[in-house]
Amino acid sequence: MLEVNGLSKTYGEGERTTRALAELSFTVAEGEFVCVVGPSGCGKTTLLRCMAGLLPPTSGSVSLRGHVVAGPPEQVGFVFQEYSRSLMPWLSVRDNIALPLRHKRLGKAERTRLVEEAVESVGLTGFIDHFPWELSGGMQQRVAIARALAYEPEILLMDEPFASVDAQTRADLEDLVLRVRKDYGVTVVFVTHDIDEAVYLGDRVVVLTQPPTTVQEVLAVNLPEPRDQVETKELPEFAHLRAHVFRAIKRRQELRPAT
Amino acid sequence: MNPARRRRILLIALEAGVPLAVLAGWWVWSVGADSFYFPALPTILTTFADTWLFERVGSDVVPSLARLAAGFGIAVVAGVAIGTALGLSPVARRVAGPLVEFGRAVPPPALLPFGMLVLGVGDAMKVFVIAVVCLWPVLLNTVDGVRGVDPTMLDTARVYGIGGLERLRRIVWPSALPQVFAGMRTSLSLALILMVISEMVASTEGIGYFVLESQRSFAIAEMWSGIVLLGVLGYLLNAALALLERRVLRWHRAALASALR
Ligand SMILES: Nc1ncnc2c1ncn2[C@@H]1O[C@H](COP(=O)(O)OP(=O)(O)O)[C@@H](O)[C@H]1O
Ligand SMILES: [Mg+2]
Repeated sequence: MLEVNGLSKTYGEGERTTRALAELSFTVAEGEFVCVVGPSGCGKTTLLRCMAGLLPPTSGSVSLRGHVVAGPPEQVGFVFQEYSRSLMPWLSVRDNIALPLRHKRLGKAERTRLVEEAVESVGLTGFIDHFPWELSGGMQQRVAIARALAYEPEILLMDEPFASVDAQTRADLEDLVLRVRKDYGVTVVFVTHDIDEAVYLGDRVVVLTQPPTTVQEVLAVNLPEPRDQVETKELPEFAHLRAHVFRAIKRRQELRPAT
Repeated sequence: MNPARRRRILLIALEAGVPLAVLAGWWVWSVGADSFYFPALPTILTTFADTWLFERVGSDVVPSLARLAAGFGIAVVAGVAIGTALGLSPVARRVAGPLVEFGRAVPPPALLPFGMLVLGVGDAMKVFVIAVVCLWPVLLNTVDGVRGVDPTMLDTARVYGIGGLERLRRIVWPSALPQVFAGMRTSLSLALILMVISEMVASTEGIGYFVLESQRSFAIAEMWSGIVLLGVLGYLLNAALALLERRVLRWHRAALASALR
């Protein structure tokens, strides 16, 4: 459904250029949950922004159902790494979530229903008329997820959404994402630097190298469903997979001269 | 009583007490001084009551404030409109840059002769001068505010297809509003100054005209009562704007406070 073809991105011109993505190719199937894992600064955000049509690639392309992505496609929802800066502090939770729906041609009742359902599915029903700054970081990220869900995207792109919340909240949010993905039947591309998170969540894991970035390996995760924070993580297969990903990233690092 | 609370009460007492003490000092001194230039404060206050409550409200205060409101209003609307256009477009900023720098550099009263030449000595000239003067702070602050919109918010708008007027109304303007208000505060002070000056230069009514006329006819207590009125009006106008800002930007203060938490 989503195809990344020989994608490369170089920032800047002339002397001061950063080659963020060298050459990347992989595909995402309909309904799949794909995790992209790689070390900090390897270009994960760059990749996701190219996939969302927010950033033109230097060469190569991203296509969605065979159409090359040139601007943000209507079917794509995005959850930003900086949740607190992607929510509007002057709008209530309800209005933040409703904002993207205003230009969809929906009736008022339908819009209200979508917003309230999304808020309920992320467990924030009691906070619908609060403002983002009245909520904790984890709750703000829930609002951002609810906003994406209410938009009814076919594809949800998530950029290290849980990088700055505490461990317990993070585990809750991971399970929340797995659940809503089933409920809403959405295709997910989830970027993280956390190997455990990638293996726990993904149907497949795309492992990226250090910059200049390419795809090191694509790994199928055949862990039993539904995933469970305790049981899944104590499976020998889980330990095996995470060790595998860890070595893949590490091996690549050792091949490179220290900087 | 804990020390923090005691300190607060002391501060409030000082805040109210110092102006009262100054007034009392002025009162005592001016009654004793018997100076031509500084009439006794009780005399000034009696004159104030006789003159402004409410004899000259319709003939001087209302025309003055109406011109101020018109000039200020035009400046805010135009400043936000032009500032938004310049803030959104680097090309427009580049093209209009020198013009804006020149416009803001012209000392405001220098416009008066031009205004009188083109628009005569009526309301239009005064409103024009006030509007031109108030335009720049609003315009420049709006440009800054619009340019300062968080890039993540703009990306959010793009991903979710929020564009055009919707993007301006829901994202760009609210985000720029704290800066716009900062510009409006500066403009309001300038508006009051230019209101007075324009009435002193060419007018047959208005508070500024009254102050100058009183001075010319050696009605010193009347002159002082006009000065006091201008001070009171300036204070009230600033307070009204501050109140509006507090209400409109409640989210801004709360968000700042929670970011520091
Ligand atoms: N707008 C930009 N201009 C220049 N360089 C950038 C820009 N955005 C990111 N980079 C650089 O590209 C590389 C990859 O960044 P990023 O995609 O944010 O990585 P990640 O999300 O994996 O941490 C980094 O070296 C970063 O400094
Ligand atoms: Mg990133």
